[in-house]
Amino acid sequence: MIGNFPYLAVALLIGLGIYTLIYKRNLIKIAIGITLIENGVNLFLITLGYRKGAIAPIFTQAPEGLKMVLPTPQALTLTSIVIGVATTALILSVAMIIFKKYGTLDTDEVRRLKE
Amino acid sequence: MSSIMTHAPALVIAFPLLAAFLVPVVSRLNKKILGIFVAVVLGFTLLITLLMAVRILPGNPLIYVFGGSEAGLTLPSGYTVPIRIIFHIDSMGIFMGLITAIVSFLGAIYSIAFMDKHSGLEKYYALLLLLATGMFGMEFTGDIFNFFVFLEIASIASVALIAFRSNLSGEPAEAGFKYMVVSSISALMVLFAVGLFYGQYDVLNMATIASVMKFTQLDKIALILLVTVLAMKAGSVPMHMWTPDAYSEAPASITMILVAASQASLYALFRIIFSLYNITLNTITIGWIIIILGLLSMFIGVTMAIIQKDIKRLMAYHAVSQTGYMLLGVGVGIAVLANPIALETFGIKAMEGGIFHIMNHAMYKGLLFLTAGALFYRTGTRNLNKMGGLGNNMIYTAIFFIIGAAAIAGIPPFNGFASKLIIYESVFQFNPLLSIIAMLVSILTLASFVKVFHSAFLGPKMEQYKDVKEVPKSMLFAMGALACIIVLFGLFPDLVVKYIVHPAVMALINQSSYTAVILGGM
Amino acid sequence: MNEMSRIVRTITTLIYGFIMIYGFYIIVHGHLTPGGGFQGGAIVASAFALLVVTYGNQGSKKFLSEDIFSLIETTGLVLFIAFAFFGLGITFFYNFMANSGGLFGNSAVAGINAGDLNTGGTVTIMNMAVGLEVLAAFGVIILTMSAGSEIISKKKENS
Repeated sequence: MIGNFPYLAVALLIGLGIYTLIYKRNLIKIAIGITLIENGVNLFLITLGYRKGAIAPIFTQAPEGLKMVLPTPQALTLTSIVIGVATTALILSVAMIIFKKYGTLDTDEVRRLKE
Repeated sequence: MSSIMTHAPALVIAFPLLAAFLVPVVSRLNKKILGIFVAVVLGFTLLITLLMAVRILPGNPLIYVFGGSEAGLTLPSGYTVPIRIIFHIDSMGIFMGLITAIVSFLGAIYSIAFMDKHSGLEKYYALLLLLATGMFGMEFTGDIFNFFVFLEIASIASVALIAFRSNLSGEPAEAGFKYMVVSSISALMVLFAVGLFYGQYDVLNMATIASVMKFTQLDKIALILLVTVLAMKAGSVPMHMWTPDAYSEAPASITMILVAASQASLYALFRIIFSLYNITLNTITIGWIIIILGLLSMFIGVTMAIIQKDIKRLMAYHAVSQTGYMLLGVGVGIAVLANPIALETFGIKAMEGGIFHIMNHAMYKGLLFLTAGALFYRTGTRNLNKMGGLGNNMIYTAIFFIIGAAAIAGIPPFNGFASKLIIYESVFQFNPLLSIIAMLVSILTLASFVKVFHSAFLGPKMEQYKDVKEVPKSMLFAMGALACIIVLFGLFPDLVVKYIVHPAVMALINQSSYTAVILGGM
Repeated sequence: MNEMSRIVRTITTLIYGFIMIYGFYIIVHGHLTPGGGFQGGAIVASAFALLVVTYGNQGSKKFLSEDIFSLIETTGLVLFIAFAFFGLGITFFYNFMANSGGLFGNSAVAGINAGDLNTGGTVTIMNMAVGLEVLAAFGVIILTMSAGSEIISKKKENS
């Protein structure tokens, strides 16, 4: 039961991220919501690789007879973090352009494209 | 020649990527040849894709292992496991690859004249090449995490391209923001599903997951997530809100490539349902869900399109509606997948109609968006109320618009008629009501395009447009090439179905042929 | 953004070199210890962020220029793809330099050891290329965003 705490944290993070996306009106808070969902999914990927009583998967520290945690999810998470950085940089730049042209960051006002 | 053939899957990804990284260097040397350089690289990619299609379509799938000489690793205990990123191109993949290659090549040629007044063009061309790389990767890969990476590459490049013209007004940036939020959520949910698969089965290769799939509760959750978010990326109702904004605010050549990118997500949806799950799931439920999504998209898309005043928003709603046709055709195929008699009678025909419609839609919707871009280039506006009487000056553009509008409404002898007729006939045998709704939607499509043609091209000449000339030659070449393909596919649809579409459909339906290529070698 | 006070400027002048050296250490040792191209590049870029925050936008233009960063980024990217093409004798991205005795060609020794820098093959070179690219890309992002925020705040003052 105690090994399920990371999965509860994942569910909490993704739930908070979706709540922020739906109910908050500032564009920067929407960007923070996307970052929360991405952090939740990254935590989920790393937690999948855990094996009980294993050590970190570094090649030059490999003693005999001891298990290592799976290294593939760590590579997947690293790729996902890099993609998240590019996404955050792009979405914040687009928010800056919107602020420059519209004068406000409130989603109720930033709605010239209707119907 | 054989060495090009063995390395062709990697070259299709590597050349646009290398060209995207070299674009800043080339633009520092000489700004004017940048468009021609990009068009040459994408033309070379089109050539390699055609060579691969000639080899793969008769039924020989191609695999390519990145970074190793063979696809599997034999452990000392004798157990063989597939490792490394493997590109697995079968007939369905090369079908979508042909669409991507044609559309991105013509988009680059069109951009030579369309974007010549803009600054910062090296960033535009680099992003266009990255978008093409992302789309090719999505369609050719056999590894589900690699699919996520290429999906994100294509999304990030297309967001930057949608927001490209935001120096004059703020609307492209707003459209780009909406598209970025939607595509971020979809990609992260795809990654969550990848995590669910990896946690259970310890492999990332799609063929291997298909062979060890046990359809547990977690697999059902992954299926629902994947169907929802990939339909969201493809632009089907009720998740279609980003489509009119993104397609109307992007430059016209980018809109054409974005249509192909949405269809790449649709391809991923079909690949996951057919090759990853196949008969293990309850096909009737999933089939009916996709049919309902298709019906809603068709109907809501066309009814929202009739009332639009902006020409590109109207065409974007039609793109949503035509995606409904593809979902309807393939949905009928999924619903009868477990029933061999029905599959033989009308299931395969319905899938052929849906998949043939993917290629036809890319061609004629691309042509329509390019003509809308030509109108914007000469008049500076997209509002139909302000345009009028342009048929006197822009004769070629009017002819290409007539060809595109006739194709989308399903009028013979253009290619829309062929695929729509196949869908009507086969869906009628499954359930007559669906076919009647599809025909009604087709009539409404014709009505809205008659409205557009009348507003933009017919009527007396207006004062402010009296010395508007025809568009430059590179734009005419791109539009003419698409019109030729539309007419050719409309005149010989049986050859196209027999040699290109039918192998793709059979590659989707036979899951064992998909897994045997990777696992058969070990 | 304006310049910060004299204390901050002094500490920054003392410290930013060490941050950059630590970042380069993580980039170069990416095949032995945790780290690699992206992580080390992000650390070097945090040194650039420190400089931009301390000296303000106008002051940092004297020693950080966007054009040089763009050039370094292109170099890193082209180096990465070129080394992927060189392995095309067998497949794309093939590691043709590993276990071969040439540059970066020693074999890795199993068991607990200090790690040999000369191993790894093309992985090591690609680490350095990715590190160059990441630090230059982050530098361009930081400089462009701070220039953009200055334009927006000037516009707000004038309007």
